[in-house]
This record gives sequence, structure tokens and C-alpha cells, in this order.
Amino acid sequence: MPRTPLGNEAQSNDTEAVLRDLFLQGLAGDATAYRDFLQKLSRHLRAFLGKRLFGWPDDVEDLVQECLLAMHNQRHTYQSDQPLTAWAHAIARYKMIDLLRAKGSREALHDSIDDELELFVASAAEASDARRDIHTMLASLPERQRLPIQHVKIEGLSVAETAQITGMSESAVKVGVHRGLKALAARFKGAA
Amino acid sequence: MKTDDLITMLATGAAPVPRRVPTRRLLLAVAFGLPLAIAIVGTQYGFRRDLIEAMFWPMLWLKFLFPLCMAWAGFVVVQRLARPGARVGPAWWALAAPVLVVWAMAAVALLRAPQDDWPQMLFGQTWRTCVFSIAFISLPTFIAALVALKGLAPTRPGVAGAAAGAMAAGVGAAIYALHCPELAAPFLAIWYVGGIALMAGAGALIGRALLRWYRAPAAARVSAGRPAWRAPPWHAAPVGARAPLRGARHRPPGRPP
Repeated sequence: MPRTPLGNEAQSNDTEAVLRDLFLQGLAGDATAYRDFLQKLSRHLRAFLGKRLFGWPDDVEDLVQECLLAMHNQRHTYQSDQPLTAWAHAIARYKMIDLLRAKGSREALHDSIDDELELFVASAAEASDARRDIHTMLASLPERQRLPIQHVKIEGLSVAETAQITGMSESAVKVGVHRGLKALAARFKGAA
Repeated sequence: MKTDDLITMLATGAAPVPRRVPTRRLLLAVAFGLPLAIAIVGTQYGFRRDLIEAMFWPMLWLKFLFPLCMAWAGFVVVQRLARPGARVGPAWWALAAPVLVVWAMAAVALLRAPQDDWPQMLFGQTWRTCVFSIAFISLPTFIAALVALKGLAPTRPGVAGAAAGAMAAGVGAAIYALHCPELAAPFLAIWYVGGIALMAGAGALIGRALLRWYRAPAAARVSAGRPAWRAPPWHAAPVGARAPLRGARHRPPGRPP
């Protein structure tokens, strides 16, 4: 395995510790820590993907969002006995290969397996707008998914309040949010 | 859309996530499949009549414990494969070791026996049905494990499916051993291993087809002048491509019908 320069390794370790902490708090239900985590993670994803997708700058922000959504939907598959960088890298790489395949680029598939640590080395804060609009995509969801997401995830109401407004049961609201985010993740593809 | 907006949306109202979800869901799959395997053997095959007596024979224990080891190793492997970035590492050896041990025991048994006995040791009386019986009995566990995997995130869907198949076949074969009349190690080395291999192979094929949690919709991604990656037939059609099937209701506004 090629050695990364010492500075990079230390930086990667620091980032790992900070991000992992925030993520674990987020998994325990701390929304502020979770938000912080996603924000920091998005910067690393942007730098990581930007470097690898230099041929398609327009796709970087789309893919960053796709990765964030995938990591959110799959966050129950992270167990604290493994490095966060390995988990996040595996998902980002998976999504990137998916995109590159779709672009018919075989060349770009030759991705070094050892670049896992690199994910947390660089960070890019400048976000360009993705080409998709969340509200347009939300509108395409069926009501039983759209309303829970609208109320719980965008307006920030509680599940109980949402249940009252929509007349749905609380568990139906939860299921709606869950399935709706999954459906959005699938729809991200079609809209790009 | 700004990425910050997406992040806010994802973080808002994010519920706590229970711990060790992959392990628990896969255990649940086994807990679902095991009683059904016992029920299938109990009603369709019947347990050995001399089961109590046979409990004193080491061969019966080998026949029971070998698949159980496979089931355990398969479980460890598949629960790692279900999590992105988790390394399987030495757990592969846990899956290979029981097979190697049984093969070694079979070789020793064959070498020590006269050649005239070999056909009996290799084929017994039930070689025609053994592999398929094991596959049949392991089916409930297999399906439950695939359902569990579908809700997790295997980045290598084919391999994860194969490991799920090996785990399920281990469960099935262990229960089948309580019916099976054969008592020769060479029989085990061929037909039990064959049953497990069959399920692993089936798992690999089905896993590749069903366990992908991403889709590459070729149509939506084609940029001008580049050849599209052709999705293999097992890829589900992208959401966009399905729209025409649903008729006019989904036609974007502003376009004449």
C-alpha cells in the first residue's frame, strides 16, 4: 500500500475522529450534530469527487447530493467498529462508479483501491447549485410520501403534529418519510 | 437545489437509529428460517428413527456440526458484506476451513477403505436427492436473508448473495442431517458441500440481480456523443423510462397531449 505523506495521514485521522463523533451523535438522534456532520462530509465529498470527475464538473454537485442521500438512507449500516472513512468511501465510490458506468466511460473505472484515506484529506466548501430542484422532485411523489417529507423534513414539524395535520397515523408518517427519501434517491437519477 | 438545503432537510427530524441493525436483521432471518427448516424436515422427510441412539456416533455430530460451522461463517461474512467498507478478511477462512477439514477427512477415509467400498462411501443410497433436499430445506432462510440484505447496503451484491446462500444452506443441511441416513465422510464431502455450493451459486446470481441498491439508468445519463452504458437486463428500468407505461397522467405540464 503506498504511503500517504505524513501530513495527510494526520489530517485524515483528525477528520475521521471529528466526523465519527458527530455522526455517532447524529445516529443517537442529535439533529444538530448530524447536520454538522453532513455539512462537513459534503465538503470532503465535493473535493474527493471533484478530483475524480474533473471531466464532468457539472456532475460533481449532483453526485455529492446523491451520496449524501444514499448515506442518509443507509446510515443504519454503519457500525462503530469500523472506520467511518471506509464506510463513506465505499458508498461514494459505489455511486461514482455507477455514474461513470452510466456515462460509458470504462477508463475511469480504474480507480485505485487505496484512495480510501484520501476522502478525508481534502475539503471543498464552494458548493455550486445542483441542477435538480428538490421541490420539483418532491411534487412528483405521491401525497402519502410528499406530505410527511414536506412537514417533517422541510418545515421541521414533529411526527405527531404532522400526523394531526395530514390525518395520517404517526407510523404512516414515519413510513412516508422513509419511503419518500428512498423514492427521491431513485428519482435523483432520472432528473440529472 | 443547494446542497445545504438538502442537508437541512435530511437532518431535520432525523430519528435515532438503532444500533447493530445489520446483525439483528440477519439474525432475524435465521430465526425465521430455522423453525421452518425443522418443520419441513419433520413433516416432509421425518427425522431418523434412531436419532437418540445415533447421538452417540461421532459421524452424526460431524454431519450436524459441519453445516452449522458453514452457517456461522456464512453469517459472519454476509453481515460484513452488508455494510459498505467493512472488510471480510479472515472470515473468508472460516468459510473455507470446514470444507477443507471435511475434504481431508473424506480423503483419509477413502484411503483407508478397500476400493470396493468406495462407490458405497461416495454415493450412499441418497446421492440423487441430497443436494436438492438441502436446497429445498434452506429456502426459507435463504429468502429471509435476501429480504434482510435488500434493506442493507451490500456494495458487492453478487458476493453477498453467495454468502447468504452458503449461510442458508448451512442451516438447511444441519437440519437435513437429522434425517439423512448416510454416515460416510466422502458422501458429506461431495453432496453436502455440493448442496451448499448450489445455494451459494444461486445466491450469487440472484444477489447480482436483486441486491443492487443503485441503478444506472442508461437513458437518463447519456450525454451527447458518448455511447451509453447498456444496462444488463436485470437492471430495473429507471423511473424516468417507466413513465410512458403509466400513460398520460404523468406527462409534464405545458406539453401538448
